[in-house]
Amino acid sequence: MAIELNVNGKVHSVDVPNDKPLLWVLREDVGLTGTKFGCGIAQCGACTVHLDGQPMRSCIMPASAAAGMKITTVEGVESPAAMAIRTAWRELDVVQCGYCQSGQMMSATALLESNTSPTDDDIDNAMRGNLCRCATYQRIRAAIHRAADELEA
Amino acid sequence: MLGKIDTRHLVRPALSRRSFLTVVGLSGAGFMIGCSDSSDTEPLAETGPADAPQPATQSAMGPFVRIGSDNTVTVLIKHLDKGQGVTTGLPTIVAEELDADWSQMRAEFAPADPTRYNNLFFGPFQATGGSTSIANSWTQLRQAAAGARSMLVDAAAARWQVPAADIVVAKGVVSHAASGNEASFGELASAAADMTPPAEPALKDPKDFTLIGTHVSRLDSNAKTDGSAIYTLDVTRPGMLTAVVQHPPKFGATVASFDPTAALDVPGVSEVVEIPRGVAVLADSFWSAKKGRDALEVVWAEADAEQRDSSELLDEYKALAEQASLPARSDGDVSAALASADNVVRREYAVPFLAHATMEPMDCVVELREDVCEIWTGAQLQTGDQMVAAHITGLQPEQVIINTEFAGGSFGRRAVPGSDYVAEAVTIAKAIDGRAPVKLIWTREDDMASGFYRPMSYHIMEGALDSDGNIGAWRHRLAVQSILAGTAFEGMIQDGIDSASVEGSRGLPYAIPNLQVDLYDVADVGVPVLWWRSVGHTQNGYVTEAFIDELAVQAGKDPYELRRELLKDHPRHLGVLELAAEKAGWGEDLGPGRGRGIAMHESFGSFVAEVVDVTVNEGGEFSVDRVVCAVDCGIAINPDVIRAQMEGGIGYGLSAALREEVTLAGGEVQQRNFDRYRPLRIDEMPDIDVHIVPSAEAPTGVGEPGVPPLAPALVNALADATGRRIYRMPIGDQLEA
Repeated sequence: MAIELNVNGKVHSVDVPNDKPLLWVLREDVGLTGTKFGCGIAQCGACTVHLDGQPMRSCIMPASAAAGMKITTVEGVESPAAMAIRTAWRELDVVQCGYCQSGQMMSATALLESNTSPTDDDIDNAMRGNLCRCATYQRIRAAIHRAADELEA
Repeated sequence: MLGKIDTRHLVRPALSRRSFLTVVGLSGAGFMIGCSDSSDTEPLAETGPADAPQPATQSAMGPFVRIGSDNTVTVLIKHLDKGQGVTTGLPTIVAEELDADWSQMRAEFAPADPTRYNNLFFGPFQATGGSTSIANSWTQLRQAAAGARSMLVDAAAARWQVPAADIVVAKGVVSHAASGNEASFGELASAAADMTPPAEPALKDPKDFTLIGTHVSRLDSNAKTDGSAIYTLDVTRPGMLTAVVQHPPKFGATVASFDPTAALDVPGVSEVVEIPRGVAVLADSFWSAKKGRDALEVVWAEADAEQRDSSELLDEYKALAEQASLPARSDGDVSAALASADNVVRREYAVPFLAHATMEPMDCVVELREDVCEIWTGAQLQTGDQMVAAHITGLQPEQVIINTEFAGGSFGRRAVPGSDYVAEAVTIAKAIDGRAPVKLIWTREDDMASGFYRPMSYHIMEGALDSDGNIGAWRHRLAVQSILAGTAFEGMIQDGIDSASVEGSRGLPYAIPNLQVDLYDVADVGVPVLWWRSVGHTQNGYVTEAFIDELAVQAGKDPYELRRELLKDHPRHLGVLELAAEKAGWGEDLGPGRGRGIAMHESFGSFVAEVVDVTVNEGGEFSVDRVVCAVDCGIAINPDVIRAQMEGGIGYGLSAALREEVTLAGGEVQQRNFDRYRPLRIDEMPDIDVHIVPSAEAPTGVGEPGVPPLAPALVNALADATGRRIYRMPIGDQLEA
């Protein structure tokens, strides 16, 4: 079916099966590959994008359900919180293999957009859905705190 | 991972002295990464078609270093970066000897070519594993960079008509004080490429290092934080089809028959082909291919398949461990010492199958053209992958082009002697006569249930204590499946012993007069096994360090002090042990409900000690509060990357110790996704404090050595808190019973 998707502020018309997940439409039909496939059952968070500002798992959501919403991916996220997260991720060299980090950063950005000074518990609650097999968690936590401090300053 | 490739079984060529003027012919523009210390500079992250021009004129200074007219220095990375940081570590070595500025450094994966890019520890074989990337490249890259530096200096001397000896190079600037001349690398690169490097370029005295041992930013951080880093999953070729495979539900089952009708009815599906290990569905997208795969009806022939439960296998392993008789080490007379001892402590340990569970499931892109097979994948054994693809296609290995991509984790999984998923992708491309490029994508379920596993093992430990609490004898008998048996690397098994089975046990450093390690090499198990981050050390580090701890307590001794006594002649082991204990505050009273445990283990030439603190509640639930780690890996090239690898190794080891286990029911893997295979999440990550022992020794690896001490330090901490010891991994809810 033909649908229109607003991705990173740009409208894309795509013709895809109505059950095709948003993840694969973004990757294969829109051409944005920063959002990753990890599990396909919303257990790992590698596919996290923002829908109208809220973090969502794009691997289980049909793209057709996202029509009319503002979809933001790692390539297009540019709010002050997103920029602070990206800067902190780089300053602390959070990444190892990097595969899960798009999803991690999208979850972390959404957290900071709703909570400018998260506690460790807030971070656990917001980030528990994002797996990292390289176990970069300690740096993720530190980077979120640093980004929050930068936003406050 | 590949720590056990024994070079005696592979022809080891003389260290290559090929002309420094060899122009590096890159087949397919590699992925170049870099970062700048200046935050206003856009990250350099480019991909392009095979014939895309380089952004600036590049001058090759031998096989490893290119200098661009834009003043960039690109290091050709012969290893896979799967997160361990070689795209930062190897350029650091080059930048140091070249006296480059870190902001001009770039990294690009080298083409597959064992004549130039082999792992010097493995023979004429390009491969990443055994935590060897830094160690085998250390001298090679220092020489390459020192040679390139000499060429730049000679070019400047010729241009300015001054003696080369008076020219200074610092932070990417070549200068001559007396004449006031100054030039960037980029300005000199073209002329420098025509210079002849010295046969034996002078290397720096380590005391003059300015970059090594300092903090530099990871070169891959920018591309991995804006979505531009390219993994295999992100590679696209014109006209490409995506393949998803129906794999057999049980290891060793084969296709009896299949009906492609339902799969072909799925819109977008174009072909269904049988391959040696299943049936592949090809479509215009992943989603269509997966729907087609799920609709496929396959009848499996299971006569030769593994059909046992893992619990049955474990019972068999337990009986076989009693019969272990392949001698991996024999000091003194253990039987006599055990027979005459005052007190013999005997304990048994069970360790499960584990999945690597990389975040990026296995994937590979293949394009067959006339006389060429081109592959894009997170290649860890490039030479093996070339040979396997050549065998399938009938080409010569050098006709197989491999574009190494960033890998979303490996932990050993991408280093498969038979190149399983690469072979699968090439086979599928061949099955459709190369009509279209093929991207093979494994689902998470494929990855969990059709892959390779850390072998299960069973261990019987015996220790003899005399009346003074001295350990007079130590016997370790174990039953485990060989990783090398039945693979192309089988020739490395010596006297029936796969070193991967006994590493971390037969090298026990403790001064014990009678010491024996006996192996039972389990055959006839259908589960494919593979190196898993630190390989044999994962299970043997756990059992040896848990057992020595229990012996210490039985002997009435402090577990740390007992280890110190027994390590008097091992200064590097002792160094990390004492540093970790000191930084952790060993010996202080922690109060009720808390416990502290220590463990120390050497693997892949690096030494790591860890101290774990836990809190246990009355119901037996516990949290891991803190891990203090000390590591000695020789010269610390990138201290922050070393810390990151220790943090990651500890997290990986903790994840396995807490919950990870692959079990079989009727031969089928029961954990098929992250709902039942549940890795560590952020709320379970302890605070980790890493300390690096200063060292002048040659650098060794850090990808794996952080893993082995974690499990024993954790169970020792739990025993300290509760008096109860864990003999079966994972820990799960055993303390809650």
